Amino acid sequence: MSIAIAVGLLTAAAVYLFMQRGMVRIVLGFVLASHAANLMLFAAGNTAFRGVPYVGSGEVGEQADPLPQAFVLTAIVIAFSITMFMVTLAITTTTDDDTEDVEVSPARLLAADRGDTKDAGFFGLTTESGDIVVEHGEDETGEPWPEKIPGPVTPAETQEGDAR
Amino acid sequence: MNTELLNFTPLAVLIPFFGAGFAFAFYRNKSAQRAITVGALVLTVILEVTMLSQVWNGGAHAIHLAGWPAPFGIVMVIDRFAALMLVVSSIITLCVLLYAVGQGAAEEKDDSGPVSIFYPTYLILVAGVSNAFLAGDLFNLYVGFEIFLTASYVLLTLGGGESRIRAGVTYVVVSIVSSMLFLITIGMIYAATGTVNLADLALKLGDLDPSTQLTLHVMLLVAFGIKAAVFPLAFWLPDSYPTAPAPVTAVFAGLLTKVGIYAMIRTETLLFPGERINTALMIVAALTMIVGILGALAQADIKRMLSFTLISHIGYLVFGLALSSIIGMAATIYYVAHHITIQTTLFLVTGLIERRSGTSNVLRLGGLAKISPVLGLLFFIPAMNLAGIPPFSGFVGKLGMMQGGIAENTWITWTLVIASVLTSLLTLMAVARIWTRGFWRKPEDADETPERQLMSKTLAHSRAANKRYLPMSMVAPTATLVAMSLAFSVFAGPLMDFSRAAAQDMYERTPYLEAVFGPERTEGVREELEEFAATFLIDYELDDDGAADHAPVETSLQPDDEDAVVVPEIPDGDDQ
Repeated sequence: MSIAIAVGLLTAAAVYLFMQRGMVRIVLGFVLASHAANLMLFAAGNTAFRGVPYVGSGEVGEQADPLPQAFVLTAIVIAFSITMFMVTLAITTTTDDDTEDVEVSPARLLAADRGDTKDAGFFGLTTESGDIVVEHGEDETGEPWPEKIPGPVTPAETQEGDAR
Repeated sequence: MNTELLNFTPLAVLIPFFGAGFAFAFYRNKSAQRAITVGALVLTVILEVTMLSQVWNGGAHAIHLAGWPAPFGIVMVIDRFAALMLVVSSIITLCVLLYAVGQGAAEEKDDSGPVSIFYPTYLILVAGVSNAFLAGDLFNLYVGFEIFLTASYVLLTLGGGESRIRAGVTYVVVSIVSSMLFLITIGMIYAATGTVNLADLALKLGDLDPSTQLTLHVMLLVAFGIKAAVFPLAFWLPDSYPTAPAPVTAVFAGLLTKVGIYAMIRTETLLFPGERINTALMIVAALTMIVGILGALAQADIKRMLSFTLISHIGYLVFGLALSSIIGMAATIYYVAHHITIQTTLFLVTGLIERRSGTSNVLRLGGLAKISPVLGLLFFIPAMNLAGIPPFSGFVGKLGMMQGGIAENTWITWTLVIASVLTSLLTLMAVARIWTRGFWRKPEDADETPERQLMSKTLAHSRAANKRYLPMSMVAPTATLVAMSLAFSVFAGPLMDFSRAAAQDMYERTPYLEAVFGPERTEGVREELEEFAATFLIDYELDDDGAADHAPVETSLQPDDEDAVVVPEIPDGDDQ
């Protein structure tokens, strides 16, 4: 029963967080959802049986079912790695973790309020603090802009450079 | 059948994995990395072709990993369908890899992506796909899915770039939601039956309460449906695929959705056979076809257009698997193989178009047929094939499905037949628009300012530029894939027979069960399963070498013949 309630609460919280537009919240939602799924897998193995699951070490009716535990372990590892990847996605390239289009992002709207809509429309103005990040033309020069957080490109590029 | 050779089946997963490990180890040396990756994939192709030849004539084979007996240990099962999928997918991945190598070599100067992780990730993707095809239990299937999905997240967001990351986020979130659903369903299935082994489930799920069965069935299909991009669950696809580099999009479009379809087919044949939700599936299939192709017609970007046709043609596959007849399933199997090839080819060709002209926006294209006739041919053949113009394999597959639909002869199957004809015509229209705009008209006539790369002074100038823009190392793999798609129509007869045998095996389920459990346990249920299979299978006369159902003139379009076809034929015991 407690597991059922926990699964329900976790899933509800996860669904709520999935609906948010911040990437970090979505990641947290995913973490909760994976916990819900893992608890569900546990419950599938009947948590009332708590005996040691070695053959011959206890009554058949009391031995725990090792299979769901193996599933849960695998699922935890998978969920953990994907969480790390998603967190990386959240902070890469953009200066906030917004998942919506730039046109309606809070930074953009703030800029529009201050009256510099023209610049915001032409350049990529994506910071909440109001710093202008001109992403326009970065490919021609190849130089990273100071405000830009380095993406996964940069470290690998350096490695390539070292090799040469 | 030489079963000893088939014991090497797990190598189809292990070779790419080891290749990935070594490729990681050599991350400083690009050429070594490339050699390892290509070598690993070539080995995989050879291995899988050998396995296909082993199962070509006889049933399924199961490998009990580490010797644990069936319902307890991990099983890998290779049957005709799995072997065909493996061979097609690895040939595709090899061709795409060669294309990517060619592109990498051609774009050495502005090679901004971290190539040191491209090759190993690509191999991990291949390993995951192979694992999913071979998985003998649900949890291993889940692991296979996760392996290739994680690799695909990396490939999709490779090289950064804001639009790519944004598209990647959509893709990642949708994929993990479907994975969560799948995991939860696995938990529920385990709670209901106490096993996750597919063969064991095939025996046990039938004893469950019908409403429980329905819940599990629908949940599985929803989880796979998101991955396969079936209509109401497909909106993530056109937003995420086109942003990736051409080879990545090509392999995603060709393979990843088809793994979802593969899992759906296994669900429909092995786990939950029967007609319980066929009508619902057919409605979904019709909507997938129509909505997908209408979306395609509205696109100006070739990549987006192709993504929508990809969704639309998933509808055909769902239609075929919802038919629950050998002829329908045989056509589906054939069509999956055809569609993997054709969709990959089209995306690769689009990559070439983009290189040659600098854009994939059809409004700014023109005159490509004159500038590069080779490119024109490479686009024309798969495009016509996609639309299902007669000599090509798309026609054969669609014909098979329509035959199945007509043979079943209910209002819903007729609706589906009409919908698939309509979709086919609209597909033709969509690709014809690209052809006329991109290839036939003069660049000066383009709707918007044409790309500079298309506006050379003379034809000789632009032909000379072809060599720079379209290196042989990229054209050759594409041409190989086009040739392979043509081979599907040249060898349509044997392939269709093979698909039919695979479909028969899958509906009867005894070869699969026998491979996993051995003959003793299967004997007890054999008759029951065969009777069950015979109740809903539409079978055809096989005495005339299949002429009756392969030759278009002999379809059951004539209403008089219909009774003769629909009557199910109970197979005799010797057939097995």
